[in-house]
Amino acid sequence: MSFITGVGLTPYGKHEGSSSLDLMSKAAELAIADAGLKRSEVDGVLCGYSTVSPHIMLATVFAEHFGIQPSYAHAVQVGGATGLAMTMLAHHLVDAGVARHVLVVGGENRLTGQSRDASIQALAQVGHPDYEVSLGPTIPAYYGLVASRYMHEYGVTEEDLAEFAVLMRTHALTHPGAQFHDPITVADVMASRPVAMPLKLLDCCPVSDGGAAFVVSREPTRASRIRVRGCAQAHTHQHVTAAPALSELGAEIAIAKATAASGIAISDVRYAAVYDSFTITLAMLLEDLGLAGRGEAAARVRAGYFGRDGTVPLNTHGGLLSYGHCGVGGAMAHLVETHLQMTGRAGPRQVRDASVALLHGDGGVLSSHVSMFLERVR
Amino acid sequence: MTERLADWTIGTEAIIYQSCRACGKVQYFRRAFCAACGAPDPVEQRASGAGTIYATSLVCRAATPETRAHVPYNIVLVDAAEGFRMMAHGDNDLTIGDVVTASYRSFAGRLVPYFAKTR
Repeated sequence: MSFITGVGLTPYGKHEGSSSLDLMSKAAELAIADAGLKRSEVDGVLCGYSTVSPHIMLATVFAEHFGIQPSYAHAVQVGGATGLAMTMLAHHLVDAGVARHVLVVGGENRLTGQSRDASIQALAQVGHPDYEVSLGPTIPAYYGLVASRYMHEYGVTEEDLAEFAVLMRTHALTHPGAQFHDPITVADVMASRPVAMPLKLLDCCPVSDGGAAFVVSREPTRASRIRVRGCAQAHTHQHVTAAPALSELGAEIAIAKATAASGIAISDVRYAAVYDSFTITLAMLLEDLGLAGRGEAAARVRAGYFGRDGTVPLNTHGGLLSYGHCGVGGAMAHLVETHLQMTGRAGPRQVRDASVALLHGDGGVLSSHVSMFLERVR
Repeated sequence: MTERLADWTIGTEAIIYQSCRACGKVQYFRRAFCAACGAPDPVEQRASGAGTIYATSLVCRAATPETRAHVPYNIVLVDAAEGFRMMAHGDNDLTIGDVVTASYRSFAGRLVPYFAKTR
């Protein structure tokens, strides 16, 4: 058994002059304080990676910088799924008695620490070095390919995809830490600059600075008990050229295994935190996870289903699309927001009932998936 | 290990794929074994260059000065007639399901496969 006992999150956007270690430290400090722990009580550290400051041993670099000497520490790299993959590992580590309190931390000065071109270029390297990268693709192009096929097979339109950008922006308007606070409309998304068709600028998450952290513990440390009920992964490919058919992607495999592991059904889910690097990512994952029928997710957005007052509120902080994306920390903000919602601390964003939450992360080009159920225990 | 046939990735106008002697599966990314069954020494073969468009994305924002000179350029996934899928460039107006044939073009100082509708 394991509990998420504390969470920490910086605002996303520009943190001029902050290093990746600074942002990780800031988030870690918040999470440890939130758990009611002292630094010295943290005996495990899992961290992600930084494209700005790559290092072969980032977890010990961080531990030394932060001033702790854990008995278990290493980095994890699963692209956008890293945050949830670390949470899954932390869950198993505390459950197995390897550590009592595992600090999971990610942070990067991705926006101010390097040029946007350098960022885009670094990320494009997830492509195959011989058979893909020399063709000049970008991450939006990899997802643009998937989008074109998904739209073709399921009749999804660019206007449908735009709904997800608008929803995430609407949610971000109520979070002071979000990178974007200007409201947008479907027409704004449609009129935004083409990036990699069918994806336009407002279909794409931004590049951000920021940090996020949480503590995963064997026992609750506070009155609010948020338990990891079950989780699972699936990895079907790395490169989009080698991806299976749309009906055989990893999200469906991971959610089926997580459902079996947890005994929780999709119909039990009261709050959802789903990876949204691009509007197409969110649309596909919602449908793969069973939170909407094939080709029907946009209609559910229009009907208010995923809004703050809807049946299954989704990414109420604004997601990667509008809260921001600082790399590993990006999707960790989804878990931080979920925890705030589950513990009734989301302030003006608070939803009615977040007693059971589904989280899903995606790394690569729908390559690596982690599904996780959290529940509030009385 | 059979001898490696030169292909576009090393500047030769050819698309090469491998097929397994044991299970018959074909693969595009070159390896010393079959990724489906693990059998060694898949046979290298030259593809016809015929295929069908599986997906497209017109890149309008590139990340390097060399590639920026080419925007917009169309990245396509092609299902080759021989049964493997590959990434390439193609005409900007290609749509999913188009029957296409490969040629070659220079892109950012490299040779790349380029597909256009079969006439």
